[in-house]
Amino acid sequence: MIPLSWFLVFAAALFCIGLYGVLARKNAIAILMGIELMLNAVNVNLVAFWRYRAPEMIAGQAWAVMVFAVAAAEVAVGLALFISIYRQRKTIAADEINLMKW
Amino acid sequence: MADQLTGFVNWLENLLLSLGLAESFVSFLMATLGVLTIMMFVLVLDVFLVWVERKVVARFQGRLGPNRLGPFGIIQPFADIIKLLIKEDITPIGADRILFNLAPPFAMAAVLLIWAVIPFSDGLLGADLNVGVLYIVGVGAIGTLSIILAGWASNNKYSLLGAFRTVAQMIAYEVPMVIVLLVPVLLAGSMNVSEIVDSQGVWYIFIAPLAAIILLITAIAEIGRTPFDLLEAESEIVAGFHIEYTGMKFGLFYAAELLHALTVGALFATLFLGGWRGPFADQFPILGVFYLFLKAFLIYYVIMWIKYTLPRIRIDHMLNFNWKFLTPLALTLLIVTAITEKLIDQYFVNITLTLYVGIMLVANVIIAWIVLAIVRKYAQSTRKRVGDERSIAQPPLETPASGSD
Amino acid sequence: MTTVQIIFIVAAAVTLGAAIMVVTTRKLLHAAVWLILSLLGVAVFYVLLNAGFLAVAQLVIYIGAIAILMIFAIMLTRHLALDIGPQVHRGWPWALLIAILLFGGLIWLLSSWSDVSTELPVMSSRADPLTDLGVALVSPNAYVIPFELASILLLAALIGAIYVAWPKKEKEG
Repeated sequence: MIPLSWFLVFAAALFCIGLYGVLARKNAIAILMGIELMLNAVNVNLVAFWRYRAPEMIAGQAWAVMVFAVAAAEVAVGLALFISIYRQRKTIAADEINLMKW
Repeated sequence: MADQLTGFVNWLENLLLSLGLAESFVSFLMATLGVLTIMMFVLVLDVFLVWVERKVVARFQGRLGPNRLGPFGIIQPFADIIKLLIKEDITPIGADRILFNLAPPFAMAAVLLIWAVIPFSDGLLGADLNVGVLYIVGVGAIGTLSIILAGWASNNKYSLLGAFRTVAQMIAYEVPMVIVLLVPVLLAGSMNVSEIVDSQGVWYIFIAPLAAIILLITAIAEIGRTPFDLLEAESEIVAGFHIEYTGMKFGLFYAAELLHALTVGALFATLFLGGWRGPFADQFPILGVFYLFLKAFLIYYVIMWIKYTLPRIRIDHMLNFNWKFLTPLALTLLIVTAITEKLIDQYFVNITLTLYVGIMLVANVIIAWIVLAIVRKYAQSTRKRVGDERSIAQPPLETPASGSD
Repeated sequence: MTTVQIIFIVAAAVTLGAAIMVVTTRKLLHAAVWLILSLLGVAVFYVLLNAGFLAVAQLVIYIGAIAILMIFAIMLTRHLALDIGPQVHRGWPWALLIAILLFGGLIWLLSSWSDVSTELPVMSSRADPLTDLGVALVSPNAYVIPFELASILLLAALIGAIYVAWPKKEKEG
């Protein structure tokens, strides 16, 4: 049927696409979207390993649930920070927020 | 009838297999056929709902409603549909064309997807999901998404403002709804919707009436009906997020709203009123379908009753009501139900059904009493603060020195 | 080509295509909608992996909350409602190179691992992962401590987000 390698390759591809999004985009929210893609890729990897290697241990699914919780918390705080930064500097392009550069 | 249905399904499957198609493809085809059947049934019911709505609102307002087209005006919805279809299809300048056209089907899809997990009869449901209740919550979120896309894509500031308010209201009222949806899950011990129906020997509305009331309130807020319909009020926000929609796209929004109300009725009936259960529903499954829709239409009638009786609530009052009243109440209810259930399991092992129902009912009544006492105190203090006699501004007294001019 | 393989390939194509559109499209709101599509695709993968609860949790958490939050933040942080100027900064070929190199490296690493092509082990039908997960998340000798810590983390994120985004009061005079 479907060997484990298919899932792992798919997760690796999704991770790399997310990485490109983080490294290349200017808008801070677009960077956050790239981070979300990477987190999803990691989660798919986790659950694939759980299903194929140790389906009777519940640790895989419990860990995936923790990743959900952490991702949600991170997005909430990140977007609050973006809104606060936007109020001060009227922009959230990552290369225009460079007050600390000399 | 379930046997006949299974027989028919088997005959169709054998027919398709004998045509030489692969096995998994045949099962995929059967699943698609099942999906289409449920969808067609529900959508045809939606057309009937337009007529029901107009007749009932007319009777509430002391008039007759449509009675010219056909007996009792039953052909009226078809006239409405034809009118909507032949209207001009306008896309405003500067509107995001793809998102603008994508939003109405999303809104309809979000409602149709809920019907997949509602059991029509014993073993007669779309998808026997292990996590049916959570699925219902997730699908409701897709409806919220469609509204915000509609608001943004219209390139109209009233539309955007309406969309913001809608999403704020819907997300706010999702919180107590999810908490209250956990109460039947707790009582039945499973998130599987058909299992919740199966374990309702006594209907859950007698065991957790407060949870049922809160579910009704939050569900009315979720579907955007009065008293929570600030989102599409013509006098306040110029019809909110669907200003720029004409013709059949608006028709989709309108039909989706009506169907959502019936879906909420069916959901309420499934979770709290025993679903398809009723006398003789085990032997004749067609009676199960009949009972389910009877209960769903009863709740739909209650929702319409509330809609055409109460005035609109302001947006900040609405959100205050949610965060300061409904969410703490729902949390308290969940905790008290869980503790009571656990205590009963521990100390009264062989409890009779009437005693169990009685204890849970008493717990609910106590919570309702305490809540009403708190609300009464709060209302009294607010009334005193606002309505007391205050000194009105007096003009300065006439002194002899100032009257000399 | 069994049906499951076809479903896998279609879902993978849709998800990866949507992900590429997320990182390359010019209009930010379209990127958010493509993100929703790719999150739906990942939910399909969870179903393929017999993790039904995770699929529905993905629907509720990611699409129902996080995606809507992102769309809100996009709408609230636009000076003009337009996407003007380049959306990628000048070093984007290097980012593409790093992503491709990382992908190649991961593929090479996976291919040199002997167990990479294990077939699907049969999961005993007695096991109900949902009940097991529920019990594991609250039992003291399983995962109750990470569960409680995750709740505290979410509470901290909630309070922090409200405090950070609270509008500062205008100073008088």
